[in-house]
Amino acid sequence: MMNLFVLQLLNGVQLGVLLFLIAAGLTLVFGIMDVINLAHGVLYMVGAYLIATFAAATGSFWWGLLLTLPAAVVVGLVIEFVVMRRLYARSHLDQVLATFGLVMIANEAVKMIWGTSPLSVPMPEIFSGSVPLMGPLKYPVYRIAIIVAGLAVALGLFIMVNYTRVGMLLRAGATNRDTVSALGVDINRLFAIVFTLGAVLACLAGALVAPILSVDTGMGESVLILTFVVVVIGGIGSIKGAFLGALLVAIVDTLGGVFGPILLRSVLDPSAAGQVGRVLAPMLVYILMAVILFAKPAGLFGRRA
Amino acid sequence: MTYMTASATHPDRPVLSGRVKAALVLFILFALMPPLASALNDPFYVLIGTRILAYAIAAMALDLILGYGAMVSFGHAAYLGFGAYAVAILQSYGVNDLILQILFAVAISAIFAVVTGAISLRTRGVYFIMITLAFGQMAFFFFISFSAYGGDDGVALAQRSTVLGMDLLGTDYGLYYVSLALLIALFALCHRIVGSRFGRVLTGIRENPTRIEAIGFSPFRYQLIAFVISGCITAIAGVVLANQAQFVSPAFMSWHKSGELIVMVVLGGVGNLAGPIAGAVAALLLEEWLDALSEHWKLYFGIFLVLMVLFSPHGITGLLKKMGIVRGQQ
Amino acid sequence: MTSLTVTNLCKSFGALKVTDDVSLSVEPGELHAIIGPNGAGKTTLISQLSGQLHCDSGSVAIGDRDISRLTMPERVKLGLARSFQITSVLPGFTALENVALAVQAREGSSFRFFGKVADEARLNEAAMTALSEAGLDRRAHVLARSLSHGEHRRLELAIALATQPKILLLDEPLAGVGGGDAEGFVANLQKLKGRFTIVLIEHDMDAVFALADRVSVLVYGSIIATGTPEAVRNDPEVRAAYLGEEEELV
Repeated sequence: MMNLFVLQLLNGVQLGVLLFLIAAGLTLVFGIMDVINLAHGVLYMVGAYLIATFAAATGSFWWGLLLTLPAAVVVGLVIEFVVMRRLYARSHLDQVLATFGLVMIANEAVKMIWGTSPLSVPMPEIFSGSVPLMGPLKYPVYRIAIIVAGLAVALGLFIMVNYTRVGMLLRAGATNRDTVSALGVDINRLFAIVFTLGAVLACLAGALVAPILSVDTGMGESVLILTFVVVVIGGIGSIKGAFLGALLVAIVDTLGGVFGPILLRSVLDPSAAGQVGRVLAPMLVYILMAVILFAKPAGLFGRRA
Repeated sequence: MTYMTASATHPDRPVLSGRVKAALVLFILFALMPPLASALNDPFYVLIGTRILAYAIAAMALDLILGYGAMVSFGHAAYLGFGAYAVAILQSYGVNDLILQILFAVAISAIFAVVTGAISLRTRGVYFIMITLAFGQMAFFFFISFSAYGGDDGVALAQRSTVLGMDLLGTDYGLYYVSLALLIALFALCHRIVGSRFGRVLTGIRENPTRIEAIGFSPFRYQLIAFVISGCITAIAGVVLANQAQFVSPAFMSWHKSGELIVMVVLGGVGNLAGPIAGAVAALLLEEWLDALSEHWKLYFGIFLVLMVLFSPHGITGLLKKMGIVRGQQ
Repeated sequence: MTSLTVTNLCKSFGALKVTDDVSLSVEPGELHAIIGPNGAGKTTLISQLSGQLHCDSGSVAIGDRDISRLTMPERVKLGLARSFQITSVLPGFTALENVALAVQAREGSSFRFFGKVADEARLNEAAMTALSEAGLDRRAHVLARSLSHGEHRRLELAIALATQPKILLLDEPLAGVGGGDAEGFVANLQKLKGRFTIVLIEHDMDAVFALADRVSVLVYGSIIATGTPEAVRNDPEVRAAYLGEEEELV
């Protein structure tokens, strides 16, 4: 039982780290530009497809990752320049429609380019296999590598946001957008940087997860909504909120699916517990969101309601 | 004291508003469609037509809050699903009556809308959109894992609903005309609501919430009631849709469906009830047409959406703003 | 008609004290003007009286009822109405509809879903009365967004009147209204005097001295003088505060 708990907790942290990578960009885009971007999940999917392609072409995960990152920059810049840039001053309704259109385009384009059958990406060799954790328990090295990589990026972001000039502008922008323009900063360039940064982080998340998931067209969708939940719970514009929100959502989602039915078995008979548990488990994160929002409408670290 | 004799209503106001005229034209066209389809020997159109009618009901319901209440709900497909599953669930208990199914669908939707609306309406703007989307997904996942009714795969319906024991929906034509009758009745209902005291408060909140509070209204309860009404009407569309497809699955509730509903409303024009009906017709016909042209119709539909937003001078809402139909948000 | 009592009201935005220990006592039926240089915190004060902002400490009372913790809609129900310095109407509604909605708010029966509100004679007649008191009855069927600036100011007043207030808070009703138009407007306000307890914020000193029973002077968030227009005009401290800024006073 304890072993299962530790295992699932680690899985939760690993999912949380990935969610954070995706949510970090999204929360900045929401917070600073007040733009809703439904196409953010698409970037995660594109990251996975890019590394699948590059890894297959070069025969190496590492070369694949190395090529994916600059490609992600290009993807981010192009989307920003062609579509997003024109949406900043628009109503939320326009933003919803245009980015919804982007989702349809991207999903279909991916199908046209890569086909509908899922792709797989080889695990980098030095990270294959498992390490003993405690007692008979082993854990895949690659998942640990994802956690470490994610935490490293989180730390880097934290330093950037809190100790650099760009970070200072980002924080100011998340609180009050007018301040930033009043500081004489080229707001268009700042927005382009933020959007591209977010795009790269989302692509990175997709690339990192590719070796342990099958890469298919639906993968951006489920993640997008979870990311929204993370951003809403953490508070729009808050990196710290996104980090804690991501871990919270991922751990509740992972542990709830496994331990929910077990807990229910103590009050219901096994078959009913299994049934109820299966229905409730995927709803847990949304219930969590509802409870948090009921107490704090602006999220845990949100400034604006 | 000239003002006492001045007409209370606008002297030049036409007997029928533009909204009603447009709707009447649409209803007449709808009524003429089936005979035309059978004359063309293509009765399949009647089933497509029923699907259009169902989405027209849903889009009109969404317009009630999106257009009149300025609430961009991205979770409205959930109510389509509630309506559809109400049919499946009652049918599994041997209850086939359309009216009972509608009542059940409305009851579930009202409960869900009160709870999620009360939480969502504590926020606005981007938050509201994301939270309604998340709650929609919650309902979606509930039915995905609801294995008693087929879970992910959905469940086929043994038969169509009956009305007070009569097999009115037995033929495709019967189903079509009952659906059209529902659309007309619900349009009349929505039309009355937006022209009522309640509707005036709701529209006022859209125009200027601060002013509405300054004359003594608390916006929250009006918005919540509108949210609930809209959800309940959308559920009726779901009941129609289940009968049309004779099949129910979580696919009715995916967030893409919520997005498509918003597209229909905007395509037809926000905030006039008749527009979204036309929008549903246009969007679904466009979909059918692109689908016939290419298996990748979603690509073209997406491109159409992006272009529509980017190249109408100030966006669609900007265009409508110019026409004085909607006000910009924040 | 009732009195409005403000006791030791304080409000800060960060380190900035925008309302600094303000006390005011407005008698029933009195027209009490509040004047002061730009940035003195006049609108912030009105916002705290109307409930749009909540004070940090102190209290606001209508008669002997403390309303400090009530929301804006609750205060309106008790008879407190405000007009906005920056026009805040419903642009897509006609002038009549704007005012009729305020009448409807006062009647407290807005959960009616079927009756056609545009045909309700009672609402429309009461709205017409308020419009004519504000001198706007001839423009009743014009969309608010198409009204001129001066007409917007009148519409603001009509909306406030339509809630049948006991106390009127008027935030610069004459802001931006020119010459002859202003005179007509002052005449409209003159007719309202005595029927309501009125708190008037105004920059137009001719209007203030023509209308006010008493005047309070707000500078940097605190009241430095209260008295009859004549007394305030001759107060040396007031003259110092205004020196070189508002020539009308000197």
